[in-house]
Amino acid sequence: MSEALSDAKAKSPKYALNRAMLGELIELLSKEGHQLIGPQREDGTIVLNPITSLEDLPVGLEDEQDSGRYRLKSIAPDDARADSLFQTTVGPQSWRRYLFPPRQTLWKARRNGAGWEIDADAEATPKYAFIGVRSCDLTAIAVQARVYDNGDYTDPGFTARLGAAFIIAVNCTRAADTCFCASMDAGPAAREGYDIALTELAAPGGEVWFVAEVGSRRGADLLEAVGAGPAGAELVAAGEAAVAATARAMTRSIPADAAALLQRNPEHPHWADIAARCLGCANCTMVCPTCFCSTMEDVTSLDGQEAARLRHWDSCFSLDYSYIHGGPVRRDVKSRCRQWMTHKLSSWHEQFGTSGCTGCGRCITWCPVGIDITEEIAAFAKYQTTEIREEA
Amino acid sequence: MTYVKDGASLERSKTDDPMVPDLYEVKSLLRELDDTFTLTVSLPGQMEQFRFSPGQFNMLYKFGVGEVPISISGDPGATGELVHTIRNVGPVTDAMSYLRPGDMIGVRGPYGSSWPVEAAVGKDVVIVAGGIGLAPLRPAILHCLNHRDQYGDLVLYYGARSPSEMLYEREIERWRRRGLHVEETVDHAEPSWTGHVGVVTHLIDRGDFHPDKTLAFVCGPEIMMRYAVQALTDSKVPDTQIYVSMERNMKCALGFCGRCQYGPVFICRDGPVFPYQKIAPYMKTREI
Repeated sequence: MSEALSDAKAKSPKYALNRAMLGELIELLSKEGHQLIGPQREDGTIVLNPITSLEDLPVGLEDEQDSGRYRLKSIAPDDARADSLFQTTVGPQSWRRYLFPPRQTLWKARRNGAGWEIDADAEATPKYAFIGVRSCDLTAIAVQARVYDNGDYTDPGFTARLGAAFIIAVNCTRAADTCFCASMDAGPAAREGYDIALTELAAPGGEVWFVAEVGSRRGADLLEAVGAGPAGAELVAAGEAAVAATARAMTRSIPADAAALLQRNPEHPHWADIAARCLGCANCTMVCPTCFCSTMEDVTSLDGQEAARLRHWDSCFSLDYSYIHGGPVRRDVKSRCRQWMTHKLSSWHEQFGTSGCTGCGRCITWCPVGIDITEEIAAFAKYQTTEIREEA
Repeated sequence: MTYVKDGASLERSKTDDPMVPDLYEVKSLLRELDDTFTLTVSLPGQMEQFRFSPGQFNMLYKFGVGEVPISISGDPGATGELVHTIRNVGPVTDAMSYLRPGDMIGVRGPYGSSWPVEAAVGKDVVIVAGGIGLAPLRPAILHCLNHRDQYGDLVLYYGARSPSEMLYEREIERWRRRGLHVEETVDHAEPSWTGHVGVVTHLIDRGDFHPDKTLAFVCGPEIMMRYAVQALTDSKVPDTQIYVSMERNMKCALGFCGRCQYGPVFICRDGPVFPYQKIAPYMKTREI
């Protein structure tokens, strides 16, 4: 961030609002035609669902995450955070589910004599309001925005959905054990790409207050509309301290030289070690908030008169992903592990000027065998080899 | 890592969807080989606007079956129609082999990088092709022949598995008459074959060109391209003057689907034609 920007940010007013005001605010968004999407408890995890009020949020819940492990638990009633809304961190889903849905109809066509007519505008753009976007996921949205608007081509669906969305970010006042956004420079405080960013604070009596930062004119208008006043210096300081403590609490990290490390080690023996544990199940790519790979599916009606092109999420762990006439290029799980991890941490920089990893930790939690990207990269750093094997 | 939340830049028209093809009419389907055919299509009234550079490709869609990336094989100087030479290797290309004049196909493109025919002006051009790899090189050959006086020696080394699998056989004779030096070779000869036998890379050291002032364009199976690059550098062609065309699975050609990643490059956007130096490390890595 440039000096001028950070200076402007320091001067921008911060608001204080309580839970009732936040409830009113999302009600206003709903009245404006936004579909509210927020974290909600479902099937023992926190998923991102359409919600109608703050009561749908995971009130008084927190999560425990570790490699291959996820548990929800209630915050003790005597804990000041017992009425908090945002004490769970990230669950298995991310916002790409809404911005680039897992299954999309690109267009439909109907036969018309020798040719056919294409109906490209099959679905209207939904107008979302995302409630509770974490900094790692805001970063992921920005990372994906670069993918889907790459200078040459724009995905109209993604850009329209993002353009229409109202984003309420939440600065994390708690880190899961799997979190490492701080080392990816992606959190825990939201920096940009939001309309409003909240820091949740629980007063000793249990009343929940939010410090709100403004990211857009509309964000400010809404805060004024629900009567949010200027945040006092004490509240602001408490919020900043809580977020700073979250950053300090993170134990996992990715080394700064990860990109170069993987770039010079495509033949490192540790790939075989990872592959020996990896099931090739693709969970890591499905939960990753930046993964963007997709495939197409062509369908026809039984009478052959109608056709449709569907696009759905794909994974570099599937054999079909690298198929060209003759067979898959990446036959070995080893080469698929290398593709995924090298892409995330190394080649993404060359492609898009950023890392493909935001430190959200989802791939660690949701790996059924507990492969931990931070541990694996540490293994490469430990057993470095600069020898590149020439293959005939 | 910024995008403007308040800005209008994110609001683009949905009608600009780059995934929606244009409908082209099939003009002819010429059977070249047992498994290879040349499809000529046209979009009446709009073909004049279609410009491509040699080496670029289109995404061709067969109604209800699917879409595949196919190099453009036509003459870049001729407008009015689009020509693709296609090998039947899967369900989509198989369905396309049954197309007839008057049928429609979907076309998106052109996409990708091209053979550096402009940078080659004043130089010798050596083209090394293996099998169907000649199809993406045909526009480059035609461009060079259309501007014959701008180039030095023009050489084509073409290898096929057998004489009956040699693409564009009659046309190659016409190219010869227009000033292209052609050497052909086959892996397996037939009794009537009087030409070279063996891999195409063995033709490169014949001394038909001036290595220091040569640009080399290579397209064929990856193993053949690796050996061709080796033979070219052995013949003292600097590897900065060698270009190769790569192929990977592609679903969108826009850089969105991720499938054509080859190391850090997207073959659809950064390629398919690469300066060899740019991708040399990946050509040496198995299953990259």
